[in-house]
Amino acid sequence: MIKNIITYPFQFVLFVLLQVLILNNIQLGGTINPFLYILFILWLPIETNKALVMGIAFVFGLSIDVFTDTMGMHASACVFLAFARPFMLNILAPRDGYELNVSPTAGALGWFWFIRYAAIGIFLHHFFLFFVEVFRFTEFFDTMGRVLASSVFSLLLISLAQFFTSNTEEKR
Amino acid sequence: MRNLIAFIRKYSFFFLFLGVETLAFYLIIKNNHFQGSSFLNSTNQLTGGIYTRYAELGDYLHLKEVNDALSDENKRLRENQIRSFERLFGENILVKDTIFKRKYLYTKAKVINNSTHRQNNYLTLNIGSRNGIENGMGVVGPNGVVGVVKNVSDHYASVVSVLHREAKISVKLKNSSYFGSMQWDGEDYRTVMLKDIPNHVQMNEGDTVVTSGFSSIFPEGLNAAVIKTFHVPEGENFYEIKMQLLNDFKQISYVYVLKNNFSSEIKELESGSEESND
Repeated sequence: MIKNIITYPFQFVLFVLLQVLILNNIQLGGTINPFLYILFILWLPIETNKALVMGIAFVFGLSIDVFTDTMGMHASACVFLAFARPFMLNILAPRDGYELNVSPTAGALGWFWFIRYAAIGIFLHHFFLFFVEVFRFTEFFDTMGRVLASSVFSLLLISLAQFFTSNTEEKR
Repeated sequence: MRNLIAFIRKYSFFFLFLGVETLAFYLIIKNNHFQGSSFLNSTNQLTGGIYTRYAELGDYLHLKEVNDALSDENKRLRENQIRSFERLFGENILVKDTIFKRKYLYTKAKVINNSTHRQNNYLTLNIGSRNGIENGMGVVGPNGVVGVVKNVSDHYASVVSVLHREAKISVKLKNSSYFGSMQWDGEDYRTVMLKDIPNHVQMNEGDTVVTSGFSSIFPEGLNAAVIKTFHVPEGENFYEIKMQLLNDFKQISYVYVLKNNFSSEIKELESGSEESND
C-alpha cells in the first residue's frame, strides 16, 4: 500500500511528461499520433475504487490538456476509459475471478489477457478522443481510419512498455 | 422517493460518469468560445516555462538548419544593403524623408511549442503583450507566411498556424495578380489549397503565390507557397489548386511578428465607408 502511494504519483508525472515532451512530437504519416499515457489508467490496481479511478482519470487527462491546449478533450476521453474499465475487467475476468492485490499487467495475468485488455481500452479511448476532436460525424470513415491507425500504433508502444517493465516486476 | 434513492444508488457509478463527463465537455466548449479568457492554456506561466526550457534543449539539435536559414537571410539582407549599391552623386546624403514612412515593424520571436498533426494547429511564441504583441498581428517565418496571433499573455503569444482548418489567408499569383484564398485541407502539413481562382487564368506548376496585402496583416508580395498541381473539376468555374508551402512547419524555430502601423487607420476608414453605405 505504501509502495503504491509512492509508485503511482511518480508514474503519473512520468507518463504526462513522456507524452507531452516526446510522444506528441512523433507522428507517422502526418496524422497518426501514439498515446502511451493511458497505460497509467490501465495499470491502476484492479480493486481500486471505481469512483477514485474516475477522479484520477479526470485530473490525469486534464494535465495532458493543459500542455496541448485542448482543454477537456483528453480529460473527457480518459473519464470515458475509466467508466469502461470495470466492464472491461468484468468481461475479461478469469473463470474463478481475480486474485487479491493483482495489478492488470502482463506479468500478473499473462500476455494474451493483457493484449486483449489494452486493445479494448485503447480503441475506446481513441474513438472517443478523435470524435471529440473533430466534433462532427460527417467525415465518419476518415476519422475512423485515424482512430484505427493510431490505435494500432499505441497498442504497439504500450506492449513494448509492458514488455520492458514486466521483467523488473517478476524480480521484485 | 425510496425507489428513486435506490435507483440513484444502484446506478451511482453511471451518474458519476455523466457528471464528470459533463464537466469535461463544459471545459471543451467554454475553451472553444472564450479562449482568450481561459486561464489554463499553454501561455500560462507553468506550462509556458516548461516548454521554454524544453525548447532550449531542442535548440542544439536544430542549430544546423537554423544556421542555414539565417545565413540565407543574411545574404538577402546584405544584397539590399546600401553598401552593395554604387553611389552616383556626391559624398553626403541628406535623409529628410517624407515620401517613405515605416509601415511594418518586425519583432523577432522564438517558437517554443508547435504542432502539425492536429486538424487545428497552433504555435506558441516566447514573446507577449510586454513585447508589444497584440491579437491579429501577422507572423512570418524565414520563407514566408506562418500564421496570425490569436491570444497574448504577458510573456507568451499563441498563433493560429496556416495549418488550421479555419485559417484563410488572402493571396495572389505573383505573375498575374489574380487573388484567392489559401486554406488547409487538414491532410498533409506540406501542402495547402488555393481557392477562388477563375478557370481562365494562365498558370504553370512552380509559380509563386504571394500575399495580396488586402488584409493589412501581411505586406503585399510576401512569399506564401508555390503551385504544385492544378486542374479544373468538370463543370466548375474555379481551379482546384494544390500548393507546396515554402516554410517547413516541422522545423520552424524562429519567426517574426509583424506590426502594421496603419492598421487602425485602415480599419477605421473601412468601417466608416461601410456605415455610410447602409
